[in-house]
Amino acid sequence: MNSASDTLPDEVGNRLAENIMHFARVLRAAGLPVGPGKVLDGVRAVIAAGVGSREDFYWTLFSVFVNRQDHREIFDQAFHIFWRNPRILERMLHMLMPQVQVEMDESKNEAISRRVAEALAKGEGAETPEAEAEDEIEFDAALTYSAREVLQGMDFESMSADEVAQARAIIARMRLPIMAVPTRRQAPDPHGRRVDMRASLRAALRSVDGGPLRHRAPRYRHPPLVVLCDISGSMSRYSRMFLHFVHAITNDRDRVHTFVFGTRLTNITRHLRHRDVDIALAKVSEGVEDWSGGTRIGHCLHDFNTSWSRRVLGQGAVVLMISDGLDRDAGEGIGAEIERLHKSCRRLIWLNPLLRYAGFEPKSKGIKALLPHVDDFRTVHNLASLGDLAQALSRPQPGRPNLQMTEAA
Amino acid sequence: MSTAIPKDIDATLALLTAGDYIADRSLATTLFLALKMGRPLFLEGEAGVGKTEIAKVLSATLSRPLVRLQCYEGLDVASAVYEWNYARQMIEIRLAEASGEIDRDRLGQDIFRSEFLIKRPLLQALEVSADGAAPVLLIDELDRTDEAFEAYLLEVLSDFQITIPEIGTIAAAQPPIVIVTSNRTREIHDALKRRCLYYWVDYPDAERELAILRIKVPQCEDILSRQVVGFIQRLREHDLFKLPGIAETIDWATALTELNKIVLEPETVDNTLGALLKYQDDIQKIQGSEAAHILEEVKREMAADGH
Repeated sequence: MNSASDTLPDEVGNRLAENIMHFARVLRAAGLPVGPGKVLDGVRAVIAAGVGSREDFYWTLFSVFVNRQDHREIFDQAFHIFWRNPRILERMLHMLMPQVQVEMDESKNEAISRRVAEALAKGEGAETPEAEAEDEIEFDAALTYSAREVLQGMDFESMSADEVAQARAIIARMRLPIMAVPTRRQAPDPHGRRVDMRASLRAALRSVDGGPLRHRAPRYRHPPLVVLCDISGSMSRYSRMFLHFVHAITNDRDRVHTFVFGTRLTNITRHLRHRDVDIALAKVSEGVEDWSGGTRIGHCLHDFNTSWSRRVLGQGAVVLMISDGLDRDAGEGIGAEIERLHKSCRRLIWLNPLLRYAGFEPKSKGIKALLPHVDDFRTVHNLASLGDLAQALSRPQPGRPNLQMTEAA
Repeated sequence: MSTAIPKDIDATLALLTAGDYIADRSLATTLFLALKMGRPLFLEGEAGVGKTEIAKVLSATLSRPLVRLQCYEGLDVASAVYEWNYARQMIEIRLAEASGEIDRDRLGQDIFRSEFLIKRPLLQALEVSADGAAPVLLIDELDRTDEAFEAYLLEVLSDFQITIPEIGTIAAAQPPIVIVTSNRTREIHDALKRRCLYYWVDYPDAERELAILRIKVPQCEDILSRQVVGFIQRLREHDLFKLPGIAETIDWATALTELNKIVLEPETVDNTLGALLKYQDDIQKIQGSEAAHILEEVKREMAADGH
């Protein structure tokens, strides 16, 4: 090895190791999962590869600290800023992050007050997010943030604690048992059709007369679930309820991916994983910028098809689309995209709150484009219909209808 | 005789080049680290960008056997790690009965010996070859298998040992070189990624793609190669469902050469587009005027460059 650090005086080597540690901390602050183990790996990797050129150094650290394509951009920026002047980035992060947090906490405090008041009246301590107020803040991000908050932020917190509790109790009981499908894995089953040779042999060795044959059968498992939820203006009365519902499902089973769309598509899966529904939804409203705007279904479906479908629709996923089908682009581009989506998933279920009106007729162009490509078309507008939905979906699918879902549905 | 692992990044790059694999320096860096630190290399990228090829090239240039585990949904221990040879075990039991052997414990020990064990790829990968070199283990398309198998891999990939209840723990005398690939049809769990060095295999730039084409399809005319690369590079800027990878570039160039084409014509492009694009929507979008338009741009650019 001709690595530079072998020949470096100790002091310089130490400083490099220290800088790698600081760099790792910057990455951690920026949201990359970089633990202490990774720091050691990073130092080890740099020793192994040497610090020949800037490019080699870049890729050495990259291979250790990055383990997902989405983080490439962050790493890239952090690397170039940090290794030019380590101080700048740290200072910027310092200035930026607490600022946003403080703003957020204040705005949350106002909205939260009703619930806190009720909670306090009952003598229960409400959980407040820990505020990390920083004194010396010079960076002014207040205007940009709060302006957005007022214009597009959605107030999830105005539901009273009682309403939340009631809705939660009902929603928590919902399981959405979409039919389990057989996997290629086998599990022991006395009535199974295949002989489990291994278990049979082992049992035979233990018993006197050889014993009966052991059997096994395919194991059943829920397919992955992908939820596409419309959060446009026309859906605003329902979105909150649905997100509660989706949160319940997300925490009930694995492999649930959730996207919301209005004028653009946002992946909120990570936010919904949070156990506490309030925190989860607060994070969602923070991360989504197109609340209660228009809908561009075709555009958003296209987005989904090109950037996400291959990543989340593997292994026979069921897609749950929640939308009223009213489209700002007058149905433009929906047909081709929904067809592609339908062909890439196991089952496409469309939940439409408009369906409860007796005289509902699919006149809008968006609805007309969507209808031929869905396997199931149901109403959801209140908790009761959500409950019905859970029951209906647990029935196994009677073979896939070949574009049979026309206006008759 | 197996070759020793390269001693620095330049040597790694040279090794890949010797195996007809034109790599970025970034890939060579990551690969070198994986070899040096004895970590699995986790390669992610779109289909057809040459992820699997890296393992094959490593196996060939380092003269080590390649053990390949192709993942699929429902992959289990019996087909990935080991299985007992039940038929032979039964014969053994019958023979023991015939010879009047009735000692249960001894029989139990006898039929769970390693000669009744059928070794599957993961177990094979723990064995060293005759000259003492560990094999290259390719775990291909890990995203196709389920989370349960992924969790099982954690033990294998960090300790390079496998536990068989009837026999005990089998550890590798020398850890294999492990290459894991994923097409990202789902996210692989962080726990597994953490144990690996990560690299995203991207589409090559024009220069590298041309170099690849020259090595893989040497009979392709120089002008045609340039046009093919130019066309595909532009195609990748389009909004398509599935962008063509390097594998498609090579396929297309081979197809055009087979058709005795020397230069690209709009008609030829239309007729052979199926070698490049695999979705009807994509073909529809590009075929005809769009293809002609791209081709025109490519030709204009080449003329400007003096070709």
